[in-house]
Amino acid sequence: MEDAWLLTLLTFDATLRVATPLILAAMAGLFSERSGIIDIGLEGKMLAAAFAAAATAYVTGSHWFGLGAGIAVSFALAMLHGFACITHRGNQVVSGVAINILAAGLTVVLGIAWFHQGGQTPALPTEARFTPIIWPFAEEIGRIPILGPIYRELLSGHNLLVYAALAIVPLTWYVVQRTRFGLRLRAVGEAPEAVDTAGISVTALRYGALACCGVLCGIAGAYLSTAHSASFVRDMTAGKGFIALAAMIFGKWRPGPALGACLLFGFLDAVAIRLQGIAIPGIGEIPVQAIQALPYILTVILLAGFIGKAVAPKAIGMPYVKER
Amino acid sequence: MRRKFHPVTQSGQPPRWVDVGLIPLLNIAAAFLVSGLIILIIGEDPLEALQVLVAGAFGREEAIGYTLYYATNFTFTGLAVAVAFHAGLFNIGGEGQAYIGGLGAGLVALGLDGHLPAGLVLPAAILAAAAFGAGWAYIPAWLQAHRGSHIVITTIMFNFIASALMVYLLVNVLIKPGQMSPESREFEPGVWLPFMHEVLAWIGIEVSRSPLNLSFVLALLACVFVWFFIWRSRPGYAIRTVGFNDTAARYAGIDTRRVIVMTMAVSGALAGLVGVNEIMGVQHRLLLDFTAGYGFTGIAVSLMGRNHPVGIVLASLLFGALYQGGAELDFEFHSITRDMVLVIQGLVILFSGALAYMFNPVMARLFSQTAPAPGE
Repeated sequence: MEDAWLLTLLTFDATLRVATPLILAAMAGLFSERSGIIDIGLEGKMLAAAFAAAATAYVTGSHWFGLGAGIAVSFALAMLHGFACITHRGNQVVSGVAINILAAGLTVVLGIAWFHQGGQTPALPTEARFTPIIWPFAEEIGRIPILGPIYRELLSGHNLLVYAALAIVPLTWYVVQRTRFGLRLRAVGEAPEAVDTAGISVTALRYGALACCGVLCGIAGAYLSTAHSASFVRDMTAGKGFIALAAMIFGKWRPGPALGACLLFGFLDAVAIRLQGIAIPGIGEIPVQAIQALPYILTVILLAGFIGKAVAPKAIGMPYVKER
Repeated sequence: MRRKFHPVTQSGQPPRWVDVGLIPLLNIAAAFLVSGLIILIIGEDPLEALQVLVAGAFGREEAIGYTLYYATNFTFTGLAVAVAFHAGLFNIGGEGQAYIGGLGAGLVALGLDGHLPAGLVLPAAILAAAAFGAGWAYIPAWLQAHRGSHIVITTIMFNFIASALMVYLLVNVLIKPGQMSPESREFEPGVWLPFMHEVLAWIGIEVSRSPLNLSFVLALLACVFVWFFIWRSRPGYAIRTVGFNDTAARYAGIDTRRVIVMTMAVSGALAGLVGVNEIMGVQHRLLLDFTAGYGFTGIAVSLMGRNHPVGIVLASLLFGALYQGGAELDFEFHSITRDMVLVIQGLVILFSGALAYMFNPVMARLFSQTAPAPGE
């Protein structure tokens, strides 16, 4: 009983760690898509940020500089996306694909040129990483039966970026739903001509949304290479940007439900490893690949409108042409 | 909701040769210029790298074979993306469709080799590759046409689902018993698609061995088919009409749903043919990750080739050369690897795709003064 409870808690604990980059990237995608700009470049921005963060943290010995570099690089890529899609009215999906491929190539090319380790960055020492924060009296409170382990295993002992990701969800909700910027952001994604008529710059708003997106993807990338792992490895995002995109769509472009989807997908990931080779009574052994494919399958089913309806912002994907 | 791929019409259009010749060349030049800058930044000589690349791609007979072998894959995936573009659809799922196409070809080969002659197995495998690829594109297309789900997102999801499915099948079902690596048994040599050096030897021409096989001819046939299909056939006309303006197409009595599904099926079938080149032509067994990003390169190829078969063949040759020559970079340079090719690919997609209209205003200004635009 005690063991089963602990195992459950540890699975939730792993869920939280796996879900953190998903949450950050999903919120990033939410800002972009609510303003009417498709962003399938979450993956690339995260990857580039992960590399920049690990490289900078290694060279300077400070994870804060690493985080700053990750955010800067991701921000720059977001602005490139904006330059292509907003200023030059290029195709948003094409631009996203370009950013993904560019990031996949450039991180390895620069990594090999600078560190000569086959595209990896050297392992970071502990002081150049985001390390777990142990909450006060974790050991003592942890001894309390049932509830104690929740405090010790689940709440305490994560690094700062995990807590930051959880805090960013209500913050995103507040910004999008309760501020003037958020109202305009939603309006520009639904009816840009109305926003334009009101005398507000569609271009500036969309750039602003992409700026938020870039910063959040930067944090997500820095988490991967300086908090979750201790170095950058080629292709270390491994589709997380797309899972985040799926989670955001699964959450119907809203922060709360998107968080739920990220946690669900994170949970599936955490559980998949633990279920490997274990037969479940009544069902038998579930192939790991089936669990890994589940987020994608669920998203397809949801998008097809078979379980509720996901409605995208109306003006998504369309460059805005100002009338003269 | 689908994307449109025609430029914003502006008054004072530059002449046609600028639009189809100069601007694409400028875009590609910009991509290569930035690539050169990146090589400078990492402390190598871009011109030397270019030399090694060209020599690596065309310097030896064998190298040319490899270049054409890569180009074969890019022609298939480039055509796949282009056909979808013509209907205003973005098929980003070429990677998954190629993967499943290979599965189709492999299943036919594994099931029929040793029972039927190659003359029957090979056509069946080619058809299976096309059918499986088409099937994998059919579902997202149907969902887009009938349920309104975004085809870009669904095809991305289908890439990942294809990948998970293939891992499952190879690890649990198709793996050769008593073997560690997830690969099927090798097909009987009788059903391998003949290599080009073998075919040419039959008619007395000696060339070096390379993975180049008869799929190359299939790719050229596919180009002719796509040209005929898009510009000279009734369904092609419907596809282009939907791509240009789907509302107008609907009022003209075109069943846009059917067009979407048909276009994507053709697109998926073309991508699936990568499986013929890789599985029947080179690997001769089913294995993991044989698509190696060719589906995504197809996007760059299609954009660069302006969605036209002739352009796509040229762009495929360029990317084939980059892939083959890029392998040489690994040997010749301390710090450049073939990952540089990925960077070039990304930049080509950026400049020829996302920033395709960047030079248009400049050109319009330049040419509206010097040459009065003829009434098009």
